[in-house]
Amino acid sequence: MAHYSTNEFKPGLKVLLDGEPCSILENEYVKPGKGQAFNRVRLRNLNTGRTWDRTFRSGESLEGADVMDVDMEYLYTDGEFYYFMEPSTFEQHQADAKAVGETVKWLKEQDVCTITLFNGVPLSITPPNFVELEIVETDPGVRGDTATGGTKPARLATGAVVRVPLFIDQGEVIRCDTRSGEYVNRVKQS
Amino acid sequence: MHWQPSASLAALRARAAMLQRIRAFFMARDVLEVEVPCLDAFPNTDPNMATIEAQCDGRTHYLQTSPEYAMKRLLARDGVSIYSLGKAFRDGEIGPRHNPEFTMLEWYRVGMDWQALMREVAALCQACAEGITSLEAPRFHSYSDVFMRFVGIDPHHAPLSRLREVCQHVTDIGELSLSRVECLDLLFSYAIEPHLGARGLQFVFDYPACMAALANVEQRSDGTPVTRRFELYFRGIELANGYQELTDAEEQSRRFAADEARRVQEGKPAYRGDPRLVSALQQGLPRCAGVALGVDRLLMSLLGEQELHAVQAFPLHRA
Repeated sequence: MAHYSTNEFKPGLKVLLDGEPCSILENEYVKPGKGQAFNRVRLRNLNTGRTWDRTFRSGESLEGADVMDVDMEYLYTDGEFYYFMEPSTFEQHQADAKAVGETVKWLKEQDVCTITLFNGVPLSITPPNFVELEIVETDPGVRGDTATGGTKPARLATGAVVRVPLFIDQGEVIRCDTRSGEYVNRVKQS
Repeated sequence: MHWQPSASLAALRARAAMLQRIRAFFMARDVLEVEVPCLDAFPNTDPNMATIEAQCDGRTHYLQTSPEYAMKRLLARDGVSIYSLGKAFRDGEIGPRHNPEFTMLEWYRVGMDWQALMREVAALCQACAEGITSLEAPRFHSYSDVFMRFVGIDPHHAPLSRLREVCQHVTDIGELSLSRVECLDLLFSYAIEPHLGARGLQFVFDYPACMAALANVEQRSDGTPVTRRFELYFRGIELANGYQELTDAEEQSRRFAADEARRVQEGKPAYRGDPRLVSALQQGLPRCAGVALGVDRLLMSLLGEQELHAVQAFPLHRA
């Protein structure tokens, strides 16, 4: 992998820091009038998701990290691994529970997710921004109540629990925003 | 690609007015304006400075990082107070408060000491601020004072291990084995500078001897060697850096050699010090104090702007 010097640390650049794959968020050049210049760098550790502030001497370099985002279709799980396929090559990748993390509650077969690969191995999974899922459990719908704005919890087929309006019934399919974890609208079944 | 300038017309008018005020200030004090070359045959040897090289007349020349060497050659021959208002260049210095090409005001006062020069710097800034903002009376603190106040350690005597510990506390430095000077630079930049000059001009003086550059080193009253050097801070940024100038040719040669050795050690181009400066010092530099002030930064901070591009028509990425 190429090495990148502090002046090439642009937001989005993927580097290896202490063996961890990181994405650069910010890079501030700090220099006293006369003296050693530093770069105060904020990174996201792609392994843990945590942000990290690290100071470097200006001119130091880090090895680039072989990190790529690839869109893949979710196929199935065998209980231990989750299997994804690149639609163009039909190549399959298996992700472990750590990589899937919280995303598991949105994973529906055939949905296209973004897989972040580190050295070719799935590091993290980002679900589509919107998913359509069936409600498997909720209190009975309150007919006609579309105005009061009240909500109730509903469990979806994938295990996620979202708050839905009172008029929504078990068995219905709803559209959710995976970034906020919120209900968006009811989906008419064809 | 932007074709438009990044500074507003109002900022450009303020810049033009400031340049006029600076010239009027020195005219009234009988300080002579001089021009020195941007293209110099010798680079700055300071290991922390990256000089831009340019080809000219079949040879490598260097864009000056400050007009210092040439101005000292003028001082050695003519012995009169002089100022230069022009461009200086430093490679790699890019950020909200740095642009590799910037406007530098540098002046030397023959017979004046560094303390009187600090007061003159304050007077110049006051003159530039007129009609833009009002400044409180300037404050003066030693390097020790600001360290004790904001970091709680004595920068002259604290052991290196303690300095590193405090650095690690201020920011994650990983495995960096920082030298003493680097620790001090880091702590100053991270933990002190942002607090300086919040209400008005703030001068910091008596730097540790290891940060001498081209300044005189003398004994403080308690025997601690200190550099007769000062810096000016305003609204959390450094505006100026001044010295009681080193006039000893032999000491100058030693510092050049030390710079060169450190450059080699750090894998940087091994620049030889300008022998003409040493000759000028041998001839005799009058006792003088000198200071360099970043004109773009002064304008930026007086106008209450946070970034240089608000006062530079075409910063690097539009140049």
